[in-house]
Amino acid sequence: MNPIVLHDLTLGYDGHPAVHHLSGVFEAGSMTAVVGPNGSGKSTLLKGLTGILHPLGGRIDRGNLKTSRIAYLPQAAEIDRSFPITVLDVVSLGLWHHVGMFGGLTSRHWQQARQALGSVGLSGFETRAIGNLSAGQFQRVLFARLLLQDCSVILLDEPFTAIDERTTADLLDVVRGWHAEKRTIIAVLHDMEQVHLFFPRTLMLAREPIGWGDTAEILTPENLQLSRRMCEAWDEAAEVCLIGEP
Amino acid sequence: MIHLFHFFLGPFQDFAFMRHALVACLALALGCGPVGVLLVLKRMSLVGDALSHAVLPGVAIGFLVSGLSLYAMTLGGIVAGLAVALVAGVVARFTLLKEDASFAAVYLMSLALGVLIVSLRGSNIDLIHILFGTILAVDDADLILVACISSITLVTLALIYRPLVVECFDPGYLRSVGGWGAMMHFIFLVLVVLNLVAGFRALGTLMAVGLMMVPAASARFWAREVWSMALVAVFIAMLSGYTGLILSFYVNLPSGPAIILTAGLCYVCSVIVGIHGSVYSRRRLGLHLGG
Repeated sequence: MNPIVLHDLTLGYDGHPAVHHLSGVFEAGSMTAVVGPNGSGKSTLLKGLTGILHPLGGRIDRGNLKTSRIAYLPQAAEIDRSFPITVLDVVSLGLWHHVGMFGGLTSRHWQQARQALGSVGLSGFETRAIGNLSAGQFQRVLFARLLLQDCSVILLDEPFTAIDERTTADLLDVVRGWHAEKRTIIAVLHDMEQVHLFFPRTLMLAREPIGWGDTAEILTPENLQLSRRMCEAWDEAAEVCLIGEP
Repeated sequence: MIHLFHFFLGPFQDFAFMRHALVACLALALGCGPVGVLLVLKRMSLVGDALSHAVLPGVAIGFLVSGLSLYAMTLGGIVAGLAVALVAGVVARFTLLKEDASFAAVYLMSLALGVLIVSLRGSNIDLIHILFGTILAVDDADLILVACISSITLVTLALIYRPLVVECFDPGYLRSVGGWGAMMHFIFLVLVVLNLVAGFRALGTLMAVGLMMVPAASARFWAREVWSMALVAVFIAMLSGYTGLILSFYVNLPSGPAIILTAGLCYVCSVIVGIHGSVYSRRRLGLHLGG
């Protein structure tokens, strides 16, 4: 497994940078929290890492890792929850790498999907429509799909936002399991206590990178204050920049 | 008993044109059912409508070049429909206009052009035939065309079913695993155009989209998975085709509107008594509608 190396990376939309001149390394098998105020470029960074968004400047060195083998959990809003599809069907999509666009699923595949569903605590939900699930249950379904994807790099964008404590604890166990298996994990988080307790590495963003290193060294009161100040500055700047936009 | 049989089957035993019309409807239902369901799930119901109008100038040019010739009109319709889908898609992708707005703009231009071309040459009767179809004059060549298009539709859908469904439900995931989202979307639009062109001869450009959208919208109330929704939609479309033809035979109604109105009746029933999310099922569960 290779590290993911960022070389002077700038990412953004329509030429406006959201991540500015970021350099550093996500070591193979590391578990990193990405923190920072809203609009600081955290989600943009994840989109860049998946390859969905192309850099405006600099580059991302993923070694020989194909972008299709990077598991990515976006913010839940991008999924149509009213779509008529069963829980087990959604989970089984995690096997895409094995069955591809056209292949059929064998009984062993279905067995794997059921096991994944069991390990996120949703046994018995196989034939339920996803529209009938709570937000927490649906997030468990998406984690089961991530389990099946079996990728060495896993990106999570605010995976525990609007999720209750019990579900968060269960899903954090899944994430720690991945860490124990030496997978590289990069998660956007807002809960600083979670970051302190579970994430050894932290990258703090606020328009510019503020710090990247061991969590205890990055999550200092001074840094948090700095990021808040830069956030305020960012908001004022954003108002000016938004003129002329749709 | 024999009287009943004769009532329901007699017209098809006695008249070849009724048999032709029925087979055309059943074949159309097979293709239009699943395509309509996917349009509904993609929230593109009105795009189907737009595309059905968009084929008109192509049909009209075919008509202008070679009269009421099946092949010229079909080819023209397919080319015009695809051109509109492509232009609207490109505008949506590269400008700030959303896909529905760009579709509306392009199809209206297309429709106006079509009406203009037909009125330059044909009589009003021809225009009526093209807009509303002549299902009772479906001949063998029409049947072969409809059957081919339905077969192509079903085989293609079977092949690209998985990426197409994922593209509807979670396009981000398809992108992240490297699926061909844009390609699937375009192949699907081609199927929509093909089915509308298959329907235009029998039902007319205005009514063809009815057999696609109305059963599909009804099916949402009866099924909870894409494949079962498609089956329900096909069933409703077939039932509407048959009932509409029987009605038009005995009550002397124009067949196209009779078929679509029968489907409409199925839709109204589904909205009221369907088992998933209908007025009745929501009431029975003790849910109330949001203010």
